[in-house]
Amino acid sequence: MSAILMPKPDQRVLDRRDAIIAGLAKLVPPAALITAEDERRAYETDALTAYRQLPLAVVLPSTTEEVAAVLAFLNAEGVKVVARGAGTSLAGGALPAEDAVVLGVSKMNRVLEVDTANRTIRVEAGVTNLGVTAAVQHLGFFYAPDPSSQLACTIAGNIGMNSGGAHCLKYGVTTNNVLGVKMVMMDGTIVEIGGEALDAAGLDLLGLIVGSEGQIGVVTEAVLRILPLAEGARPMLMGFQSAEACGACVAAIIASGIIPVAIEYMDRPAIRVCEAFAHAGYPLDVEALLIIEVEGSEEEIADLIDRITAIAAKFEPSTFKVSQSEAESAAIWKGRKSAFGAMGRIADYMCMDGTIPTGQLPRVLTGISEICAGYGLEVANIFHAGDGNLHPLVLFNANKPGELEKAEAAGADILKLCVEVGGCLTGEHGVGVEKRELMVHQFNRIDLDQQMRVKTALDPQWLLNPHKVFPLEGRPV
Amino acid sequence: MTAPLRPTSEAEIEAIVAEAVAARTPLAIEGGGTRDIGRPVQAARAVSTLGLSGVTLYEPSELVLSARAGTKLSEIEALLAGNRQRLAFEPIDWRPLLGTSGEPTIGGVTASNASGPRRIQAGAARDHLIGIRATTGRGETIKSGGRVMKNVTGYDFAKLAAGSWGTLGILTEVTYKLLPMAETETTLVYEGLDAARAVDAMTTALGTPFEVTGAAFLPGEPSRTLIRFEGFSASCGYRAGRLSDMLAAFGAPERLHDEASQSLWTAIRDVRPLGATGSDVVWRISVKPTDGPQVVARLEAEVSARTFLDWSGGLVWAAIDGPADGGAATVRTLVAMLGGHATLVRAPHGLRAALPSFQPEAPAVAAITAKIRESFDPAGVLNPGRMG
Ligand SMILES: Cc1cc2nc3c(=O)[nH]c(=O)nc-3n(C[C@H](O)[C@H](O)[C@H](O)COP(=O)(O)OP(=O)(O)OC[C@H]3O[C@@H](n4cnc5c(N)ncnc54)[C@H](O)[C@@H]3O)c2cc1C
Ligand SMILES: Cc1cc2nc3c(=O)[nH]c(=O)nc-3n(C[C@H](O)[C@H](O)[C@H](O)COP(=O)(O)OP(=O)(O)OC[C@H]3O[C@@H](n4cnc5c(N)ncnc54)[C@H](O)[C@@H]3O)c2cc1C
Repeated sequence: MSAILMPKPDQRVLDRRDAIIAGLAKLVPPAALITAEDERRAYETDALTAYRQLPLAVVLPSTTEEVAAVLAFLNAEGVKVVARGAGTSLAGGALPAEDAVVLGVSKMNRVLEVDTANRTIRVEAGVTNLGVTAAVQHLGFFYAPDPSSQLACTIAGNIGMNSGGAHCLKYGVTTNNVLGVKMVMMDGTIVEIGGEALDAAGLDLLGLIVGSEGQIGVVTEAVLRILPLAEGARPMLMGFQSAEACGACVAAIIASGIIPVAIEYMDRPAIRVCEAFAHAGYPLDVEALLIIEVEGSEEEIADLIDRITAIAAKFEPSTFKVSQSEAESAAIWKGRKSAFGAMGRIADYMCMDGTIPTGQLPRVLTGISEICAGYGLEVANIFHAGDGNLHPLVLFNANKPGELEKAEAAGADILKLCVEVGGCLTGEHGVGVEKRELMVHQFNRIDLDQQMRVKTALDPQWLLNPHKVFPLEGRPV
Repeated sequence: MTAPLRPTSEAEIEAIVAEAVAARTPLAIEGGGTRDIGRPVQAARAVSTLGLSGVTLYEPSELVLSARAGTKLSEIEALLAGNRQRLAFEPIDWRPLLGTSGEPTIGGVTASNASGPRRIQAGAARDHLIGIRATTGRGETIKSGGRVMKNVTGYDFAKLAAGSWGTLGILTEVTYKLLPMAETETTLVYEGLDAARAVDAMTTALGTPFEVTGAAFLPGEPSRTLIRFEGFSASCGYRAGRLSDMLAAFGAPERLHDEASQSLWTAIRDVRPLGATGSDVVWRISVKPTDGPQVVARLEAEVSARTFLDWSGGLVWAAIDGPADGGAATVRTLVAMLGGHATLVRAPHGLRAALPSFQPEAPAVAAITAKIRESFDPAGVLNPGRMG
């Protein structure tokens, strides 16, 4: 086990396990309550697999009312609750605790209403990200935030983490695409916030809820904004012999007034692994690769490609290739979107998620190499270049004693560097358990205390996903 | 009331708030004094942010700008225009409607979550605000977010601050992401549609890939339905052409370009179609776009409202002259039935003191709001009553 500690489970809760399970059994059908150890194992971790905790029990309610009954009961019993979507969090956001009940929304997976005239869709929170697009694609619409995990991850988890994706440069992240939620507070109160109108009355509670990592309430339904599909889209590949040239090229494109839908960056190690996996046609003889995608009609795409070509020429790309077919475009994106999975085939990795001011790219990439070399580890970098969201994958071998700890230490140093240059610890994956103790590098005591006061105001006993986000020390509860 | 206090640093603001807490004397926060919206604040002292002024960071190639809260919006817009960039949410200028003078500040733009016609495509201030610094009602200065485009580190207090009307903290510095200014703009103008047909045309337009950035309906003789495109000029021409083919059933539109289009949208942004300050009461009503025509019909029939629509029908501006309650009973009931909300933005002082300006929240939601506010401002010294 590694450096991040979980607090000692509450013995009083563990001792009452049978009574708690009996209480839950009265509230949900038998199939919705998981108590056997081998079945609970399926929920002991998320995509941060270095951490595992067997939960007390797992409940899988089918309705908002069931969620409300379960929370009211657990609140009265003083039992912790970890809300779970698909468990793809890379930050340990869905990691259970031994004295906590996991509340999964996977059974709440219906699309409730599609309204193309108002460009909205109402879904239950357990619908997958791709499931939303699938429900409206035949009508010419899509749901914009596109995490690479979109086949599996749920709207509940996306809201929990305020997830992003490659196409967020143009369309924004989750918080810019959620219009309303139905949510259950820890005491069982059901609230509806926002709706189909563009803005809601009063304080922007929706803005607080999105990204609150399951610490404020359990989201059961959401109204999302859907957008019309573009007429066409085309990616292009640009390879450079240095990170500096590549970074300068991105800055020049943006300064020219063009905002492509996506600008993705990969360094040499990442290119190799992704190319071996996806056969996307990535050049292997470059230090840095950009995938730039533009959208529109044939003429608009051609015009944008011409403009970008002219700008890029100044930075002497050694490869320049525009996708010529649907198949080629799909391969280009497959390589990028399967980057984490492809990397996972060759090594264990810690995926970092800092964001930096884009102008700091060369400096930070150099810093990352030095940090990893210092720990004797390799690193591959994948980067949402348009918005500065960096994903260094620190590679290690979990079977070698001490390597995980080294990878974690390297990761922490990288994130501190991101903060030092004016950036932040996490751009889209969330703090979770992973970066909890690093929060003191970005926030001071006053900042953290105010955030925790809001948590206390809405969940006075700190029962909702309590071991995450805030350092263990200095908590009010 | 004495002249407003004019702090020039966060430390001074912290001291002012601490003193207000100790003496239990609430503060009214003012930026440019252009958004006299919400219940008039019952406060012993006003705090002006105008002493906290100046752009502190501008990186055009990174599309980011930070400014102290009292910086004039006009100063920021001029600076950005020099690099052909802009705040994409098209902040409204309230002065024509409210008859206020003074200069809007970036703090006021933020605290009121300003937006404009481009909201349907680009969102409101909240969607572009990436960092804040604010002094809370505890006299402590906190930060949230930062200067980078993507940030999920900790709770998103920037969103909470946007639209808090100064009731959670006194913003001292804000950071926005920017977008390039469009090379040009084109507007299609359809004449003679009724509100229902207009909303049909506008929502159809927004369901196409042609990236409409404005959709408004101005009643009149003849009525005008406006659909805006922005971008490179070839692209605007192409999209306008394709859309008018698709909307052939709604008539043959006139096309306006550049300045002619721009001035129309500035007028819509600033609610000029309702006319300058009058004795009437003005409501801003936000509903789902397809409910817009029903709101218009009901308000015309029941309280003789004058109206126009923005956001493809989702934003109804209504001026009501006559009823003693400014039409509040009718407006509130209608909005409660449809789902959405209404804000009283212009009304005689007495009426504003007597009526809640903002749509009353459901009790469970109001309870959450109250708890959050209490955690930021336990003594209730910041703009008390403004949002109540
Ligand atoms: C291969 C891979 C690629 C990825 N790519 C991306 C990417 O491109 N962009 C990106 O942003 N992320 C990415 N992620 C991270 C992850 O997929 C996202 O964080 C995702 O949103 C998590 O969704 P989930 O349904 O799996 O949620 P979970 O992991 O189950 O939960 C995530 C968080 O949300 C909370 N939560 C869950 N359900 C609820 C609820 N009903 N109410 C309130 N809170 C709730 C949880 O408590 C937890 O804190 C990737 C992960 C993997 C494994
Ligand atoms: C000449 C004059 C006389 C006045 N007399 C009185 C009086 O007698 N009694 C009285 O109660 N008020 C008085 N006021 C204040 C006025 O009624 C409102 O308080 C004021 O209009 C609200 O702020 P604003 O319009 O200046 O802010 P804007 O800049 O238009 O701001 C809009 C909203 O944001 C808030 N805000 C602005 N900047 C910040 C910031 N940096 N941080 C947080 N919130 C912010 C404001 O409080 C307001 O709610 C007076 C104002 C003026 C100009």
